[in-house]
Amino acid sequence: MNEELKFLSRQVALGAITRRKFLGRAGALGVTAAAANTMLAGAVHAEGPQKGGTLRIGLQGGSTTDSLDPATAANTTAVNLIRMWGEPLVELTDDGGLQGKVAESFEASADATTWTFTIRKGITFSNGQEVTAADAAAMLDRHAGEESKSGALGLLRDIKNVSTNGRDVVIELNNGNADLPYLMSDYHLIVQPNGGKDAPDAAIGTGPYIMKEVDMGVRFVAEKNPNYWGDIGHVETIEMLVINDNTARVAALQSGQVDIIDRVPPRTAGLVARAPGITVASTAGPGHYVFIAHVNTAPFDNPDLMMALKYGINRQEMVDKILFGYGSVGNDSPINAAYPMYSEMEQREYDPEKAAEYFKKSGHEGPVLLRTSDNSFPGAPDAAALFQQSLKAAGIELEIKREPNDGYWSEVWNNKPFCTSYWGGRSTQDQMFTTAYLSTADWNDTRYKSESFDKLLIAARAELDQDKRKAMYADMGMMVRNESGLICPMFNDFVDAYTDKIGGWVEGVAGFSLMNGYAAQRMWVTG
Amino acid sequence: MSLLLKLLAQRIALGLLLLFLVSILIFAGTIILPGDVAQQILGQSATPEALANLRRDLGLNDPPLQRYFSWLGGLLQGDLGTSLTSGKDIAESIGKRLGNTLFLAFWAAIISVPLAILLGLIAVRYRERWPDKLISAVTLASISVPEFLIAYVAIFFVSVRLRWAPSVTTINDGMSLGEKLHTISLPISVLTLVVLAHMMRMTRAAILNVMQSAYIETAELKGLRMFTIIWKHAFPNSIAPVVNVVMLNLAYLVVGVVVIEVVFTYPGMGQFLVDHVSKRDIPVVQACGLIFAAVYIGLNMVADIVSIVANPRLRHPK
Repeated sequence: MNEELKFLSRQVALGAITRRKFLGRAGALGVTAAAANTMLAGAVHAEGPQKGGTLRIGLQGGSTTDSLDPATAANTTAVNLIRMWGEPLVELTDDGGLQGKVAESFEASADATTWTFTIRKGITFSNGQEVTAADAAAMLDRHAGEESKSGALGLLRDIKNVSTNGRDVVIELNNGNADLPYLMSDYHLIVQPNGGKDAPDAAIGTGPYIMKEVDMGVRFVAEKNPNYWGDIGHVETIEMLVINDNTARVAALQSGQVDIIDRVPPRTAGLVARAPGITVASTAGPGHYVFIAHVNTAPFDNPDLMMALKYGINRQEMVDKILFGYGSVGNDSPINAAYPMYSEMEQREYDPEKAAEYFKKSGHEGPVLLRTSDNSFPGAPDAAALFQQSLKAAGIELEIKREPNDGYWSEVWNNKPFCTSYWGGRSTQDQMFTTAYLSTADWNDTRYKSESFDKLLIAARAELDQDKRKAMYADMGMMVRNESGLICPMFNDFVDAYTDKIGGWVEGVAGFSLMNGYAAQRMWVTG
Repeated sequence: MSLLLKLLAQRIALGLLLLFLVSILIFAGTIILPGDVAQQILGQSATPEALANLRRDLGLNDPPLQRYFSWLGGLLQGDLGTSLTSGKDIAESIGKRLGNTLFLAFWAAIISVPLAILLGLIAVRYRERWPDKLISAVTLASISVPEFLIAYVAIFFVSVRLRWAPSVTTINDGMSLGEKLHTISLPISVLTLVVLAHMMRMTRAAILNVMQSAYIETAELKGLRMFTIIWKHAFPNSIAPVVNVVMLNLAYLVVGVVVIEVVFTYPGMGQFLVDHVSKRDIPVVQACGLIFAAVYIGLNMVADIVSIVANPRLRHPK
């Protein structure tokens, strides 16, 4: 833009002048505060990470009842916490590929039934012990064993045998799986001494930080691990605060008590972004909000009624009014562009006439009962009301039953025939389909049972030819879109926000919110 | 005095019986709630095997009656047991939270109780004139607005705009007393606003009631100053109802501040209890419930005893 501004922003990055001074001078040069901030962020990034300082992060989701055992981690606070002290064998890259963490490399046999992960040489746990292949093997044994309470148990069912050979961990599968390394990036599967069998919640791992203070559901302090092998972990101290109340979390960011927060409510995100010195970052992900019907239960076993409901939902309206634009329209398939082997499908639009036509053909009479609750996804009751209105235009009556938040996941979801829910998404199509659309899946929350779908899924899993595999997933996406009980109106973005006191945010990182949970390790304090 | 001791013993025995009944109620309540602790821990990611494994480990397969009595047995030996979700010793984890809650309640009480009584006295002194009306209007307005709204307004102006006090009040052991007090200044202020009206109105009403008596008129005729009459003659005679209300509000400061704790992210008992109820962690919920009930019963007992001591007529019931 202007040489002087460029010069000034570099000066700030180097610490020669203060940020406030910079903004003042930029203002004098006729640059808006927002533009100056963006520019500053660019300069800070270009100067590279600065070491030291304290980064404070405010998170949603933590509870006093949580444990440090990665096997039972089930909320965003737990995920961010695990990223401090521990690492999986492999991790997603920013664009959704894979990179080695505790394992430096991995390779498959030709039929993808045997996988070999080679443990990185010379890295140690934070207790000084060297990491061995036996630790990794014990970890898999702990999470996949019969005694397991791990959230990753479902992913590991197909493992036949795990053995070690020097620095190699060899995993044998019952059926070929080209995506096995993706499964190993799961946040439950953290390499701990002896697999965590002795002290699952000791928080000893190979991560860039070491936990210093742990107060579950309240506050955590982590300090830089001096012996960390990798190049992330710029700040000296990370302080994590659990702030579950949305308003309190945003206020903490605005009042400068924390530097970065997750889950900015979409409703207020626009307002938050207008505040000086605050950047709201929206990241597209695989997470989606759904209306799910059991297609083996009347009246949803009637394909014409299902079609009527699918044509009777106004997807764009939901993205506008429920997500406030922080998201994208769904297409009744759980797969979007966040997946590595996504193929585009024709977009299904809101069409009340078609919906009415299908409804008439179905012969269904009377209202359709939908259950919803506040915690099934943010704004679910409002979304249900919108659905009710858009169906009304097609002459279909939707009856909404509001259920309590408490017990929703045990009593309503995957239990009652038609309800609202959400999916966080998975890192691969195979995982997503296997988790929720395979006939035998525990979480088949639409009761979609199709032999041809199952066969295709198993075949695609072992298919190492990428083009063939992509075509197979396209077919499966189409089957779910047209035959299953899934009505997916929208994919929700992750909406995080940070102040200009920290730099190094990377746009569009694949995985979870807050740069896949690595924001605290990859960002740095600038002033 | 022996009469007082007898009364005390009676009250304590009754209190213990009440606590026992409370424990049965809480246990029954948590059993009736949908879903069990294993389902709540694993959430949406529960597989049948993981559920079964967790249930077995947590001893959830025993019949409820057996679980209740084994808990009661432990309690009688002073053992609150261990948390089902985190596996930690309950007494230890509650201790810290209870300490935080009492810390907040203590400082809120130190400010609000004298302030309420003083405002009550002033309101009586200037009754039906503008100070009385102003005090009543302000306190009644603050009690009528939901507490979370007061809290959010305070956060917006004091924390976000002026940056005088933090909105996240997570205190920790590394802080000095001064730092802690600065950290919790906002919740203290909001709590004071919430409890002020009740105590102030009761003080005002009770004293006004006494002010109709003949001995007040005598004092007036003797030429005593109005404030002296109120403070020395009227207030001691109206102490019983005031103490009752003060105790109720103190109890509220300990057991009723869940909303304030959530809004200000204060690590007290309220948030702790909510977390464990939503996870169906029955032993912890039981322990919290018992502590809350004990606080209520204890403070009410104190109120009764103070009323009796302050009023000789009550010491000799007919």
